Amino acid sequence: MSATIVDTPTERPQLETKRTWRSTKSLIMVALMFLSFLIILVPLVLVIGTVLAKGAGVVFRDFPKWFTEDIPIRTRQKGPGMAPAVVGTVVITAAASALAIPLGILGAIYLNEYGKQSRTARVVRFLAIVMTGVPSIVMGLFVYVIFTLRFGLSGLGGALALACLMLPVVIRSTEEMLRLVPDHLREASYALGTRKGRTIATVVLPTALPGVVSGSLLAVARAAGETAPLLFTIGIVSKSNWNVLSGPNTTLSYQIFRNATQVLPGPQERGWGAALTLVAITFIFTVVARMVANRFQRRRG
Amino acid sequence: MSLSRFPIQEVTMASDADTLKATELPDASPQAAVFELRDLEVHYGAFRAVREVNLTLRKREITAFIGPSGCGKTTVLRCLNRMNDVIPSARVGGKVLYHGVDLYGPNVSATEVRRRIGMVFQRPNPFPKSIYDNVAFGPKVNGVRSKSELDGIVEESLKGAALWDEVKSRLNSSALGMSGGQQQRLCIARAIAVQPEVILMDEPCSALDPIATARIEDLMQEIKDRYTIVIVTHNMQQAARVSDRTAFFTTEVNPDSDRRTGVLVEFDQTPTIFSTPSDERTEAYVTGRFG
Amino acid sequence: MTLEMTTPPTEPDTDLSHALEGSGGAADRSFKGLAYAAATMVLVVLGLITYTMASRSTEALRHMGLDFFTSRRWNPPEQFYGILSFIWGTVYTSVIALLLAVPVSLGIALYITEVAPRWLKRAMIYVIDLLAVVPSVVFGLWGILVLAPNIVGLYGWLSRRFDGWPILGTIFGPNPQGRSFFTAGIILAVMITPIIVSLAREVVETTPQFEKEAALALGATRWEMISGAVLPHSKGGLVGAVMLGLGRAMGETIAVALVIGSATGQITLNALTSGNSMPAAITAEWGEADALKKSALIAMAMTLFVMTIVVNMVATSVVNRSMKKTRGTL
Repeated sequence: MSATIVDTPTERPQLETKRTWRSTKSLIMVALMFLSFLIILVPLVLVIGTVLAKGAGVVFRDFPKWFTEDIPIRTRQKGPGMAPAVVGTVVITAAASALAIPLGILGAIYLNEYGKQSRTARVVRFLAIVMTGVPSIVMGLFVYVIFTLRFGLSGLGGALALACLMLPVVIRSTEEMLRLVPDHLREASYALGTRKGRTIATVVLPTALPGVVSGSLLAVARAAGETAPLLFTIGIVSKSNWNVLSGPNTTLSYQIFRNATQVLPGPQERGWGAALTLVAITFIFTVVARMVANRFQRRRG
Repeated sequence: MSLSRFPIQEVTMASDADTLKATELPDASPQAAVFELRDLEVHYGAFRAVREVNLTLRKREITAFIGPSGCGKTTVLRCLNRMNDVIPSARVGGKVLYHGVDLYGPNVSATEVRRRIGMVFQRPNPFPKSIYDNVAFGPKVNGVRSKSELDGIVEESLKGAALWDEVKSRLNSSALGMSGGQQQRLCIARAIAVQPEVILMDEPCSALDPIATARIEDLMQEIKDRYTIVIVTHNMQQAARVSDRTAFFTTEVNPDSDRRTGVLVEFDQTPTIFSTPSDERTEAYVTGRFG
Repeated sequence: MTLEMTTPPTEPDTDLSHALEGSGGAADRSFKGLAYAAATMVLVVLGLITYTMASRSTEALRHMGLDFFTSRRWNPPEQFYGILSFIWGTVYTSVIALLLAVPVSLGIALYITEVAPRWLKRAMIYVIDLLAVVPSVVFGLWGILVLAPNIVGLYGWLSRRFDGWPILGTIFGPNPQGRSFFTAGIILAVMITPIIVSLAREVVETTPQFEKEAALALGATRWEMISGAVLPHSKGGLVGAVMLGLGRAMGETIAVALVIGSATGQITLNALTSGNSMPAAITAEWGEADALKKSALIAMAMTLFVMTIVVNMVATSVVNRSMKKTRGTL
């Protein structure tokens, strides 16, 4: 009779989740983390909701009037009219972008394609990060001192200040995008007898373009929302001023700021309307930027 | 030796291959040297990657560089079209003579060198552009403007790379949509489009499957009569199949620094290298005893 | 090293060597020069800012001496400009903002990276980005017209509830105002959360997978894995992220200007009273300022500039160092 050895475990291994303090604590912590998200949702919903609720009325009343009528000179007056601010936002932001984006792209090209890890490049890279942290009010005062004092209030002054704010942002995001272009594409171009500058212009930039555009659009969106630098440089008007180079101007952001301190319902309402318009503009830019960036991802993949 | 066949400013459509076959120019003989390497050595920073390479590469031959990894064969290859310039720490010593002209001489422009000596890389690297734009890239850079001329060049080059029939109906589609083997043939077409004299190939089939590899090897035989080809390969059978001459490199350990430096061991006609090599290291490598 | 000696060494071809010299490098070089010039614009602008602001500040600084920084009295009619209360306002509101924002931001960042399933992750990132896009002036508008009037009730309750308590009693002190340090702190906290979240996410994502797996393999719960592997690894970077949020809070002008109450001379721990911060004060006092006052305001801006630059520089090097350390191990 052979002795068969049967291996019978004395008890079933306990593998179910134990409800111990540790696992409960983990659940609590995770719940708290999720709660933080909910906490931040509250102001977001409240702000956007209020802007929509209080601003929609005046923006859409007698529809095009909001975009075509001048700002009522008698502030206490009720009713739509924000055309000068819309015009101002558009032209000043456009001017700032025309200055900052080409300079930023060129600067990023230097950093990623030429300078790389050289002393100058590293310093510029570090300072660009530092520059993104300069308070916008400091930029405004700076432009006031070197430009507005000499040439008077104008849209261009505001555009200069905004451009100073945008420049480091464009440089940093463009450099990121250029870095993503693989080296073997550059080598393929060199091997065909193409010079470096031409390689950058015809191979590197086109490959990185969607990402670069996306980054620039985000910078534009942020610039459109800035207020502080404009306070000292553009003055104020109630009629549209399309000329960015001369004469005071106004923007949606500035109008929001002014109307926020008004007590009467008329201007306050216009403030909300301007807020709605501004949020819509920045939102559209951001969404477009994301869509462009997604096409970039899909292309490279 | 007049080399007016290599115009700088424009790429002429007259097929140079036909011209060469028709006339008996002195340098049409397959024995003519295209490259002469004299005591070539390359440093990356303080590290000596390759030393004392002496080699002659001949016109319209396929020369293979073989050897274990790290032996410097790609480094030497990249010296031939000044691609090592792209690596900041690289320093080239000795002489690289192209038809007698030192490529690393003081007045020589790397860009001009690369227009005459093309390169195909290990991994296919088409630009994220259309097939047409990929092939037309080189000629455009060289100044060809007319659309009809470019159309012609693109067609000729794609035919030369045995790719035309497969892509002629979708020239405007993205090059990235092709298979690996097709992409590599596109890269060959792209290189051919600038009408180089020499085509360097750095392990062109290592990223491809066997069928794609076979097609490229066939292609190499087809275009051999028009171009001088130098190919780096870690696949010995490929070298044996495809090349006329073979150079075997290996590494030597530097006794002081314990780093390995690449050296040229033997250079001879391919059948000789593979059946009756002179050096025992060559023999050990080709018979599979190491590497 | 066998060489075939059937061909004699070739003579250099003069036509070829002319051809190889090439031409037209000029366009290439000028492109490089242009790119270089654009990059150095960063240096130029920063240098100019420093120089012009500093030189415009000297008038006021010479007039006031050290009192500029140490006095809380800001009295334009008698040309006495002391910015201590504004410095206090900037610091205090930023501290409040950090206290509110940091736990929330870190919680969100950790949830997004470690817990959320992919679809939820994308939605949450989208929401956070949305928050980042809203212009600060809109937050200010909402703050002054909606938050401030409605929160006074809550402030009143807090003030009465903690009346007499040691610390909380001082913070939630008497005479609560809608437009106050605390309200400014709340608005700032909402604004800096997206910044901290996005940077914290980047840092946390660099935690090597094997460290996390090692913790889990030892039977750690999810939270234990986070606190044991992720947090220690990301410590440095998270500090940097928080500091960058701090820098942003210190520099924020418009939203704070609208909700802080513009009261000068206030140096108090009572977060529920009105006060002022440096950028807000500059905005408020700029209109109808004579040359000396303008100089004082610019000097204040310069002070703010230096403070934020220092915070940002430290933050950036902290983040860089921690990222470099971790990327090296990957």
